[in-house]
Amino acid sequence: MNAIKKNLFELQEITNLIIFAFIGMFKRPFYIIDLIKQMDLIGVGSLPIVLLTGFFTGGVLILQTFPTLAYYGGQGEAGRAVATSLVRELGPVLTALMVSGRIGSAISAELGSMVVSQQIDAMRALGTDPNRKLVAPRIIALILMLPLLTVAADISGIIGGGIVASGLFNQNYDVYVTSVRNGITVEDILGGIIKPLFFGLIIGSVSCYKGLSTTEGTVGVGRSTTSAVVLSSIVVIIFDFFLSRAIMTVFDIKPI
Amino acid sequence: MLDSQTEEPILNDETIEEELEPTDLEDAVDEPERIVPAIEFRDIYLSFDDKKILDGISFTVRRGETKVILGRSGGGKSTTIRLILGLLKPDSGQILIDGEDITDYTEVEMMEVRKKIGMVFQEGALFDSLSVYDNVAYRLHEQGVAEAEVEIEVRRMLQFVELEEAIDKMPAELSGGMRRRVGVARALVGDPQIVLFDEPTAGLDPPTARTICELAIKLRDLEDVSAIFVTHEMNNLEILSTVYATVNEEGEVIFEDEGEDICLINTEIIMLKEGQIIFSGKDEELAASKDEYIQTFMRGK
Repeated sequence: MNAIKKNLFELQEITNLIIFAFIGMFKRPFYIIDLIKQMDLIGVGSLPIVLLTGFFTGGVLILQTFPTLAYYGGQGEAGRAVATSLVRELGPVLTALMVSGRIGSAISAELGSMVVSQQIDAMRALGTDPNRKLVAPRIIALILMLPLLTVAADISGIIGGGIVASGLFNQNYDVYVTSVRNGITVEDILGGIIKPLFFGLIIGSVSCYKGLSTTEGTVGVGRSTTSAVVLSSIVVIIFDFFLSRAIMTVFDIKPI
Repeated sequence: MLDSQTEEPILNDETIEEELEPTDLEDAVDEPERIVPAIEFRDIYLSFDDKKILDGISFTVRRGETKVILGRSGGGKSTTIRLILGLLKPDSGQILIDGEDITDYTEVEMMEVRKKIGMVFQEGALFDSLSVYDNVAYRLHEQGVAEAEVEIEVRRMLQFVELEEAIDKMPAELSGGMRRRVGVARALVGDPQIVLFDEPTAGLDPPTARTICELAIKLRDLEDVSAIFVTHEMNNLEILSTVYATVNEEGEVIFEDEGEDICLINTEIIMLKEGQIIFSGKDEELAASKDEYIQTFMRGK
């Protein structure tokens, strides 16, 4: 099988996985408990790393941009620069990449181990569809949790930026907050929430597919885990460009 | 074979006519579904890429019969079981379960068929994140059965495999043999009339392996279950084809060897070689076979 054929086959399989998982959502039994467990694992479990990432990203943005803005006399707009960058781009993308590393790898390793130890076969033999029991709760939990984590990262980043602005550059906190409020619009916030919905779908479907298609024993589990994280991260970054363009067009968002 | 009603062993061909009362024969006619094989393979072919895995396999498993599938690793034994469960689809041929052609069934249709079948996997394939109780109860929880009923059934099954004390343990705390026995208990929930064993004794010490074989014998002789037992270990074959289970006067299950009066007729052997059946028959016929491959397989050299 050549590379193009293999990639097209993978795309088809991932698409099928998403379709079957979503169709299965509406059939009994409903795996609500599994969904809540995954939401806890993904949402609550990822919160500390996402808050830390957001906080220091906001801080470093101010650290790098404040001197340049001050050179042009625009230090009063530092909050706007941080808020716009975080809410539009860095918040969704960095959160997705962090979650991809933490959750994508975990999903792929867990499902891969289940394949290798015949637990997936056992599940099917016991009359349960793994797409409904395992794939659907994970994808839905990611779609629901990623926007919330992104908002948390955005807020944490803005706070981090504010602390650096006032602590290192002695900027008045009110000036910073006003600049943030003036900088971000409703369209920015909506765009920043729409993107993680797609990123959640990408991370969930790629990781589940890679896990379920594991072959060659425990060595294969490691390989699946690596390729799940790499592939979902790359697809997130590629999709981010097209989503940004689409959101800018739909909401008529102008550059800063 | 044991009559499930009386739990008395049925005797060999020579004595069968003397022993059976006319009413027994009438009963057989009253149960026409017993004539339909539990499992039937009709000319099954399967290849992965260019490699032939099964090359025109045909056999039947009658009700209450255990079919032992022998063969070297990679000979298509486990594939046969996966085909029955619909985890794989054949390239051509027909697979019938209880007379129902399942060859072209979708995954959704297969879910219904799988409810009739219990499967014991090589390493047990227990769900690591669930306790023994939850593993055994898995099928009932999925069906939304009330918890009180679930607990009764789980305890009954764990008693059957003599592991009731392990009910709250996690799979990681169990030995290899215990994991297999929990796997058997999980497969038996819902009283499936077909049970598939995929090398359930692989890697176990001989006494533990015998325990697993005795569970299969209990199912065959006391529960009237049809089974396929995939193995490459001759010890398993000897136990399955010479030992029968019965209930003594105290109501305890005991295992006895077949002798001059009693000959088991409910265990047959299939030997696979490179995806083809090279032998089908009783253990005595296998032992008498002059085929070089069979002799090498049996002697191990």
